[in-house]
Amino acid sequence: MSAAEAQEDPYVLGRGRGGADAAGEGRGGDDARPSGRGEGGPAPKRTVVGYGFWIYLLSDIILFAGFFAAYAVLSGDLAGGPGPQELFEQRRLALETAALLISSFTCGLAGIAAGRGAMLRTQGWLLVTGLLGAVFLGLEVQEFATLVAEGAGPQRSAFLSAFFALVGLHGLHIAAGLLWAGTMMAQLAVKGFRPAIERRLMCFALFWHALDIVWVGIFTVVYLLGLAG
Amino acid sequence: MSVLGKLDWSAIPIDQPIPLAAGGGAIALMLAALGWVTVKGHWPYLWREWITSVDHKRIGVMYVVLALAMLVRGFIDAIMMRTHQALTVGGGSGYLPPEHFNQIFSAHGTIMIFFGAMPFMVGLMNFVVPLQLGVRDVAFPRLNSTAFWLTASGALLVNLSLVLGEFARTGWLPYAPLSERSYSPGVGVDYYLWAVQIGGVGTLMAGINIVTTIVKTRAPGMGYLRMPMFCWTALCASMLIVAAFPILTATLTMLTLDRYLGFHFFTNAAGGSPMMFVNLIWAWGHPEVYILILPAFGVFSEVIATFSGKPLFGYRSMVAATLFITVVSFMVWLHHFFTMGAGANVNAAFGIATSIIAVGTGVKIYNWLFTMYGGRLRFPTPMLWSLGFLFTFIIGGMTGVLLAVPAADFILHNSLFLVAHFHNVIVSGTVFGAIAGYTFWFPKAFGFTLDERWGKRAFWLSLAGFVIVFGALYIAGLEGMTRRLQHVAVAQWGPLLYVSVAGVAVMIAGVAAQITQLVVSIRRRDALRDDTGDPWEGRSLEWATPSPPPAFNFATLPEVGGEEPYWRIKERAIASQQERSASDYEPITMPRRSATGFVTAFFATVIGFAMVWQIWWLAALGLVCAYGAFVAFAWRDENEDTFSAEEVARIERARRGAAA
Ligand code: HEM
Ligand SMILES: [Cu+2]
Repeated sequence: MSAAEAQEDPYVLGRGRGGADAAGEGRGGDDARPSGRGEGGPAPKRTVVGYGFWIYLLSDIILFAGFFAAYAVLSGDLAGGPGPQELFEQRRLALETAALLISSFTCGLAGIAAGRGAMLRTQGWLLVTGLLGAVFLGLEVQEFATLVAEGAGPQRSAFLSAFFALVGLHGLHIAAGLLWAGTMMAQLAVKGFRPAIERRLMCFALFWHALDIVWVGIFTVVYLLGLAG
Repeated sequence: MSVLGKLDWSAIPIDQPIPLAAGGGAIALMLAALGWVTVKGHWPYLWREWITSVDHKRIGVMYVVLALAMLVRGFIDAIMMRTHQALTVGGGSGYLPPEHFNQIFSAHGTIMIFFGAMPFMVGLMNFVVPLQLGVRDVAFPRLNSTAFWLTASGALLVNLSLVLGEFARTGWLPYAPLSERSYSPGVGVDYYLWAVQIGGVGTLMAGINIVTTIVKTRAPGMGYLRMPMFCWTALCASMLIVAAFPILTATLTMLTLDRYLGFHFFTNAAGGSPMMFVNLIWAWGHPEVYILILPAFGVFSEVIATFSGKPLFGYRSMVAATLFITVVSFMVWLHHFFTMGAGANVNAAFGIATSIIAVGTGVKIYNWLFTMYGGRLRFPTPMLWSLGFLFTFIIGGMTGVLLAVPAADFILHNSLFLVAHFHNVIVSGTVFGAIAGYTFWFPKAFGFTLDERWGKRAFWLSLAGFVIVFGALYIAGLEGMTRRLQHVAVAQWGPLLYVSVAGVAVMIAGVAAQITQLVVSIRRRDALRDDTGDPWEGRSLEWATPSPPPAFNFATLPEVGGEEPYWRIKERAIASQQERSASDYEPITMPRRSATGFVTAFFATVIGFAMVWQIWWLAALGLVCAYGAFVAFAWRDENEDTFSAEEVARIERARRGAAA
C-alpha cells in the first residue's frame, strides 16, 4: 500500500500532529503501520475491509456447514428412490471441478495483474475467470436438468432435497460471483484502478477462492463418498 | 393464479374484530405520525439527518427507538394472552379464538426476541462501542445503516401480517412438521420466514461490523485488556452472531424450500427428518440466548463499576468468564429437547455441560458483588435496574440449572415453569439491562439526563410486577400447567392466573411510568441539561466526549496508556483534549450520508412481501431493482465529507465554552 493511500484513509487522519505530544506505543516513524492489535490505533482501510470480508466468509462457511450437516443426516434417506451411484456422472464432475479450480488460478492471475496496475491483463484474466465459472455453472444446470428429467428432482426424496440444496447453494454463490465479476469489470473499464475498486477486487478473489474450497468439500463429501457407496 | 399471487380481499380480516382493530389502530397511529412529520415539514431533516445517516450514534438511537416500539407491541400481546387465559378458567371462553391465540403467542415471542431485545442490544452496541474504543465510527458505516434498515424491514413485515393475512401459529420457533405447508397452508409461517430471514441478515451484518470494529479499529494504545467490559461482551455477542446466525439462515432456508418447492428436509414423508429441524434451530437458539444476555452483562458491569466508584472487580476473570460462556454456549443446545429421546448418556452429557455454563455466570455475579463491596455506592436509576437484575437473575439461573437436570426436565419441559425460567432470564436480564443502558447512556446521546423520579417509579413497578407475574407462573408450572393453553380446564390453576394478571396490571403501570419518564424529561430538558458530558462520573472514554458527541466523536483520537482500565484513560483523554490550541487540529474525513441502506431495505421488504403472497413477478422485479440500486451506489465516487481543521476547532471550543 502506498503512502498516498494511507493519507486518504479516513481512519488514520487526525492521528498525525494531534497525538504527537504523547508518543504512543508501537508507533515509530512516519510510515509505521498500525498492526491493528491495539498499539497503533485503527488499522488501514484495506486491512479493515479485508478482515471484515474474512469474517463474512467465515459466516458463509457456517451457512454451508448447515447444509453439509443436513446432507450428512439425510443422505441415506432415499425413500425408495435412486441413490448417488445411479445418479452421479464422473465425466461431468471432472469437467466441472477442472473448470472451477482453473478459474481460481486465473482469478489469482487477475489479482497479480491488478497489483501491477495492468488494466488489460486484469480484465482479460477476470474474463477468463468468469467464463470458466460460467462453464461450471452450465454443467451444473445441465446436471440438475438431467436429474429432474429422470424423475430424480428434489421432491423425490430427502436425500435429493439435501443434494439439490447444498450443490444449488454453491451454484447460487457462483452465479452471484459472476454478476459481481461482471459488474466490477464494467467499473474498472469506466473508472480505472481506484483504492475502493482494488479493495473490491481483493474481496472478490477471497470470495472466489472460498467457493473453491467449499467445492472441494462438496466434491469429497457428496460425490466421492457417494460414488464410493 | 392471479397477478397478485395469493393476495385478494379475503386477506383483510374483516370477520375478526381484534386484529382488525389492532391493525387499524396501528395504521392510524402510523398515518398520524407521518402526517405530523409532513405538516411540520420535518421530512428533509429526517431524511438527511436520520434515515440516510451513517453515523453510528444516530443508527444506535434508531435501533433503540425501533426496539422500544416493538417491546410495547409485544407487551400488548402479552397482556392479551394473560387476560384471555384468566378468563377461560372455570368454563369461560375468553375472547381469543384458538387460531388467533396461537398467532398471538407466536407473534409475541418473535417480536420480543427478534425485533425487541435484539435491536435493543445491537443499538446499544452501535452507540457505545466506537465511543468506548475512542474511534470515530464503526468499521463499515454504510453496512451499518443497511443492517438497521433490514431489521426494520423485518419488523414491518411482521406487523403487516396484522392487517394482511395472518401470522404464524407455530410458536416463536416454527417446529416442523407443524410449520410445513401441509399443516400450515396459510401465509402465516411465510411471514415469519421472510421477516426473520431479512431481519437475520441485518443482524449478521451488524455482527460482522462490530467484530471488525473492535478487532481492527481501536484508539492507539487500546489493547484488548484495556477495553471496557461492555466492549468485551459486545465482541463476544457479535462473534456469537457471526457463528450462530448462519445456522438460523440455513435452517429457515430449508423450511422455505420445503414449503415453496416441495423439498423434504423436515417433512414426515419421503425420508425427511422433523427432529433435524429441532436440532438445527436450537444449535442457533441456545447461542442466541447468550447473544441476548452478554451485552446486558456488559451494561451491568459498566453501571455497577461507575456507581460504586471503583474499577470492576476481577476484570480479567470477567473477560475469561465471558469467553468461556461464548464457547460453551455452542455445546448445550440439546437441553431444549431432552424429551426427544436421545438416550440417557447423551442427555447426561448435555445436562452436565448446561450446568457448567452457570459457573461462568456465577463468576460474574461474584465480581459484581465484590465491585460494590467497599465502594462509594450511589443509587440512580441505572444502578437500581442493575441491582434488580442481580437479585432476580440468580433465581432465573438456578431454575435453569434445575431444568438442566434431564430427569426433572421430563416433568418441567413445556410447562409454565419453563416459561417463567426464560422470562426470568430474558426480562430481568436482557430487558433490565437494556433499560439500565438506556437510562445510563441517554444523557450521552441527547445531552440531558432522564427524570429520576419517574425512572425510580418505573423500576419499582416493573420489578414488583415482574416478580408477581412470573412467581405465580413458576408455581403454576410446578402444579403441572403446560404452556400455550388457549383454554384452562383445571380450576386449581385459576387463582395463580388471577395473581399473574394482577402482576401484569402492575407491569402496565411500570411501562406507563417509563413512557412518562421520557415525556417528562423531554419537557424538563433544560433543567436536566448536562453540559459536562459526564453526568455520572463515568469511567470510560465515551464520557470524555461532549454530549451529544460531535459527528466525529473525538477531535483528536485519544492515546490510551496505563494499565488500569478506563478511569485514568478518560482523565488523560480529557486533559489532553483541553490542552490543544486551534492550530493543532487536523481536518477529519467522515463517511458521507447514504441512502444505500434505506433503499436496499425497501426492496428487501418488497421481495419479502412478494414472496409471502407468491407474487413472483414482483419478487423478481424487486431483485432486479435491488441489484440496480446496489450498482448505482457502488458507482459513487465521493463517499466522504471533510470537516476542516477550523470547523473541528470551532466545535471543540463551543464545547469547552459550554462546559466551563
Ligand atoms: C444459568 C444458565 C442457564 C441454564 C442452566 C438454562 C437452562 C435451560 C434449560 C435446560 C432449558 C430447556 C427447558 C425445557 O425446554 O424443558 C432452557 C430454556 C430456555 N432458556 Fe435457559 N438456561 C440458562 C440461562 C438462560 C439465559 C441467560 C437465557 C436468555 C437470555 C435463557 C433463555 C431460555 C429460553 C428462551 C428457553 C426456552 C425457550 C422455548 O422453549 O421456547 N436461558 N434453559
Ligand atoms: Cu438453551
